[in-house]
Amino acid sequence: MDQLILLPIVIPFLTAIICILAYKNYALQRQISMVGSFLLFGVVIWVFTAVYQNGPLSVQPGNWPAPFGITWVVDLLSAIMLVLAGLMMVAVAIYARADIDEHRESLGYYPLYNFLMMGVCGSFTTGDVFNLYVWFEIMLISSFVLLELGGDRRQLEGAIKYMTINVIASMIFLSAVGILYGLTGTLNMADLRGALATAPQGMVITVSMMFLVGFGIKAALFPLYGWLPSAYHTPPTAISAIFSGLLTKVGVYALIRVFTLMFVQDVSYTHNILLWVAGFTMVAGVLGAASQGEFRRILSFHIVSQIGYMVMGLALFTPLALAGAIFYIIHHIVVKTNLFLVSGVVNRLKGTYQLKKIGGLYKKRPFLGILFLIPALSLAGIPPLSGFWAKFALVRAGLEAQSYWIVVASLVVSVLTLFSMTKIWAEAFWAPEPDEGADLEVPPADWWQRVIPVAALCVVTLLIGSTAEWVFQLSLETANQLLDPTLYIQTVLGN
Amino acid sequence: MELLMAIVIGVLFGTGLYMMLRRSLVKLILGLGLLAHAANLLLFNSGNIERGAPPLIESGAKALEGVFGDPIPQALILTAIVIGFGTQAFAIVLIRRVYEAVDTDDIDRLKLTDE
Repeated sequence: MDQLILLPIVIPFLTAIICILAYKNYALQRQISMVGSFLLFGVVIWVFTAVYQNGPLSVQPGNWPAPFGITWVVDLLSAIMLVLAGLMMVAVAIYARADIDEHRESLGYYPLYNFLMMGVCGSFTTGDVFNLYVWFEIMLISSFVLLELGGDRRQLEGAIKYMTINVIASMIFLSAVGILYGLTGTLNMADLRGALATAPQGMVITVSMMFLVGFGIKAALFPLYGWLPSAYHTPPTAISAIFSGLLTKVGVYALIRVFTLMFVQDVSYTHNILLWVAGFTMVAGVLGAASQGEFRRILSFHIVSQIGYMVMGLALFTPLALAGAIFYIIHHIVVKTNLFLVSGVVNRLKGTYQLKKIGGLYKKRPFLGILFLIPALSLAGIPPLSGFWAKFALVRAGLEAQSYWIVVASLVVSVLTLFSMTKIWAEAFWAPEPDEGADLEVPPADWWQRVIPVAALCVVTLLIGSTAEWVFQLSLETANQLLDPTLYIQTVLGN
Repeated sequence: MELLMAIVIGVLFGTGLYMMLRRSLVKLILGLGLLAHAANLLLFNSGNIERGAPPLIESGAKALEGVFGDPIPQALILTAIVIGFGTQAFAIVLIRRVYEAVDTDDIDRLKLTDE
């Protein structure tokens, strides 16, 4: 029964392998990838219900008892992340049917997409720090290739920046793992909790800062976010949508994991640094977005800005704040992927991402306008959409912790987010159409394969907003599990 | 021995980062390689570097005693070397493609995506 938590890794792996076996047959690969996506989604829902009802699950493959073997463990946070990854995988797989051209299919888009998802699911499932590094690398190498797939000049330039900075981050992470092992003699995360308490505290804080830098680059935290807005707008929309939804969030997940489970010896010092970083990340991201005129670049800067909110919840380190951060992740992954997908639909209609060259969309396609407005307003935090509840929890936690400046920063950033979203709305949807702006011809099959995932994710956003109480209870339960990891440690190490 | 290794690792990290800060694409790759070596050696250093002390349990004893060479960091390095090799192979192909597309070795001219 517990073994089922390995399925989220096995399914994308097998799908990728079968896709490679059918390398020349793109139509078949497309169907295999589709089936794999839905299977994964079904399995992660199953894993989630099992964890939600019975508590964390863990497996020790090879029957090496923890902490000697590599442990796999799924607690509520991992289960939530897995469900979101599964949902995004299905949505983007449908969208990619219309968006990925035959040239990119022939270069191996489908195997790469599945290997990417294997890396993402592996990162969420593992309970071993070195193993986490390995999953990060699987995810990164797939994402390098996906980013430059097709060999557009802009893609190549974006890819080289993305690759360089991420390899540096990996090296910092790897060095930190080495030092951690030298300090404690264990790599099992649950075991590290106890081992770090007796280790020399100066070294522990040094290592924790190395983890902060390594994961901070991957999560695009201030001042290490520069690579994100210069890479994420270069590949086809389907690829940038899955990147925007999941990759930085894997970094945030890793930060939450290590700074709740492992590095809690000197919270007033380490988490205070996190709080400052969170504030600067929010502000820097949103100000960067304000000066942009390209659809996807605006959205990319907003990813940075919103990572700030998640880290803010982690930094405040109260149950309410962590619950807010988890709610924010749930909301953000759905909404951000959706906005990227909408930008792709607009590009398909108009042939450009430059807002100045787009116009009059609301008049011609009011339905598309609504599909943009729902995630956009949710991102800005307009009630009763999902973003409002997430921000509400965070602001309230900030007030309770008496960190007034971060509350002020988050509210100002929220207003500026609304400004950015209304800018896209006004220029792309409301402004009169520029002279050269005839719509491109879109065949119905192409159109619906793009619009159905967008509409489905809109429904999910509305659902999160309308069942906010349940989602919040779930987040709160997750937060309590993170702050008191006894259950997690017992599941891994036994009694 | 450990001090010597520490100095080597420091020099490797330093030269690696210096190479990456240059404007040439080729030096970027060399820098990536040096950084990977530095990180691998650091991992190696985290187990005890002991000569002639294999991690073998004496017959009759229940656990390892005394100082011994820890095999786990070596297993970790093997994994890290393989991953690093893959990344660098990809990086080399990527800079070749970039060079073909941009027709320059100068990183400062890769500004298309920031405009």
